[in-house]
Amino acid sequence: MTMKTIQFPKLTFWRGVIAVIMLLGIYSTGYRFIKGLGASTALSDQFPWGLWIGFDVLCGVGLAAGGFTITAAVYIFNMKKYKPIIRPTVLTAFLGYILVSTALLYDLGKPYNIWHPLVMWNPHSVMFEVAWCVMLYSTVLALEFLPIVFEKFNMERPSRILRKISIPLVITGFLLSTLHQSSLGTLFLIVPEKLNGLWYSPILPLFFFVSAIAAGLSMVIFESFLSNRFFRKELEIDLLEGISRVIVVVLGCYFVLKILDITHRGVLPLLLVPGMERSLFLAEIFIGVIIPFILFAMPKVRINKKGLFISAFMVVIGFVMNRMNVSITGMAASSGVDYFPTWMEISITAFIVAIGFVVFALAVKYLTIFQPAKSEESTEKFEEYTTEFLQDETAGTIASYPKV
Amino acid sequence: MKSLLIDTTKCVGCLECVGACKRANNLPEGDTEELSWKTYTVVKEFKGIYVRKLCMHCSNPSCASVCPVGALHKTSAGPVVYDEDKCIGCRYCMVACPFSVPKYEWSNPLPRIRKCIFCAERLAKGLQTACAEACQYGATTFGDREALLEEGRSRIEAEPDKYINQIYGENEVGGTSTMFLAGVSFSELGFRTDLAKDPMPMLTWKVLSMIPDIVIMGGVIMGGIAWLTNRKNEVSLHELMEKDKEKSLNKKDSK
Ligand code: SF4
Ligand code: SF4
Ligand code: SF4
Repeated sequence: MTMKTIQFPKLTFWRGVIAVIMLLGIYSTGYRFIKGLGASTALSDQFPWGLWIGFDVLCGVGLAAGGFTITAAVYIFNMKKYKPIIRPTVLTAFLGYILVSTALLYDLGKPYNIWHPLVMWNPHSVMFEVAWCVMLYSTVLALEFLPIVFEKFNMERPSRILRKISIPLVITGFLLSTLHQSSLGTLFLIVPEKLNGLWYSPILPLFFFVSAIAAGLSMVIFESFLSNRFFRKELEIDLLEGISRVIVVVLGCYFVLKILDITHRGVLPLLLVPGMERSLFLAEIFIGVIIPFILFAMPKVRINKKGLFISAFMVVIGFVMNRMNVSITGMAASSGVDYFPTWMEISITAFIVAIGFVVFALAVKYLTIFQPAKSEESTEKFEEYTTEFLQDETAGTIASYPKV
Repeated sequence: MKSLLIDTTKCVGCLECVGACKRANNLPEGDTEELSWKTYTVVKEFKGIYVRKLCMHCSNPSCASVCPVGALHKTSAGPVVYDEDKCIGCRYCMVACPFSVPKYEWSNPLPRIRKCIFCAERLAKGLQTACAEACQYGATTFGDREALLEEGRSRIEAEPDKYINQIYGENEVGGTSTMFLAGVSFSELGFRTDLAKDPMPMLTWKVLSMIPDIVIMGGVIMGGIAWLTNRKNEVSLHELMEKDKEKSLNKKDSK
């Protein structure tokens, strides 16, 4: 007689952490939707936007910016070298956008009205533009991601159609994310009297756009390392080296813009005022821009696993600080109150991030996210050339060529 | 456009306007110190001078311009009104209002934005606002904006020692429908005096109106680059085919 044993998933440290986050998150979710925003958050009439807008929305969208930069590099600038990382970056961006929309449901006072911008238009509103961009770009990302799902179920026809429109799709995606990475900055243009002069600038939209590119690309590096650790995925150091070169250029542009902006607006004296704002502003610039710029500029760092990881991580941290500074630190003084998120706000943010990790892991397990099979790669390439650029007849004649 | 002229030199702080507003708008008791979801208007004291606080009903309101669904809008009659059925509760109006007027029902699981709506219903019936009607001291007066500006100017002219030569709201953020007269500088009475003369919505509109151009230019540029870079593939593919053709021809020849 054999004893039947029930198989529990093995309890590892990270699984334990995720389980705790999930439990707290579910509790806070219930509390938030039953008792309302006042009971669950530290928000008030003086400080109506907090952690969820600052981190979940502003950072979430920015960190997903790797999606449009990498797809544009491959499909528009024809840098085929980066093709292997398209799938994980598109997946991250897609997940990122879904999670941002989820976070919005928590933050909106009347979440069941979230569809209103579809039919009630106010083109004068930046928020309206953001809403549309998020909706449209999520759709584009879904279309970019779908072939991976179709492939799982061997559905050739729909993915061939999608592949045919891939270039217009990528261009649309690029434009949409350009628009709304920057419009997140535009949101704050209407509060010149409320936002601290260190951050308020007429070119805030440009700052948001440029820093999103640096952060999005850094996220690609950062993720590659996490995937390397957790999914035993091989690292393409040469790809990451190429990406880090681009980051150096972008950070450089950002820094120069920042200096010009601060001097031209004459807010240099604000740097002499001691306090929270100054410390956090300097921290953001040093941690997120200057130090990683120097690090990435060194060839030794660029080809070193640890060096890449640390520098990319700094850019990401600096980016998060920037968004939190614009939406929270910079607004604090004029509001007259101190805002610090409640544990429930924090647990919901952690909950949403954790869901992201879990879904990513599941996708990696059940779909081909990393290392697409070699044979398939070549058919894909073949089809790309034939269907996109050649007429059927010519396509037919070269059908026998194994690889182009 | 209907407006209110509030003369801080005449206000005695009797709070009749506050009570009248609560009654007219069915607001709950309480919160008489600061604006809140319960209170559309308060009277604050600055060294013995009483100053009302309420929505300014800007001519070109930030709150209405930022609202993604148009839940707030400026009516041609003057009031900036709110439609709770449209509102999604994003609270951008609260962030954007230069006077920090809109308040939120934080304790309500399905909250609304609350602010003075200029007694829009009373106005529609041809009545004046409840606060103006309640004021026994002529501190709050109701009328057409032009007429009230005239009135304000003539009061200043008649008693130049009593008034400072400024009507707050005449030009601030492009003009407002709630306007104030005062005997001391407005900054001493808790008013924002650092606001621009241009309507605030221009700040974002300048950027937003560039979008169509950016989309068209961007589309053309990106499409062009895609076409150029991917054409290289096509060319090399053709070259490959040519070579292959030659090869097979050679083979045939050798046969
Ligand atoms: S004062 Fe504020 S709430 Fe009132 S109309 Fe102007 S922007 Fe809107
Ligand atoms: S909270 Fe409501 S009224 Fe205010 S901007 Fe958002 S949707 Fe409009
Ligand atoms: S106009 Fe009407 S709603 Fe506004 S403060 Fe006066 S009484 Fe209240």
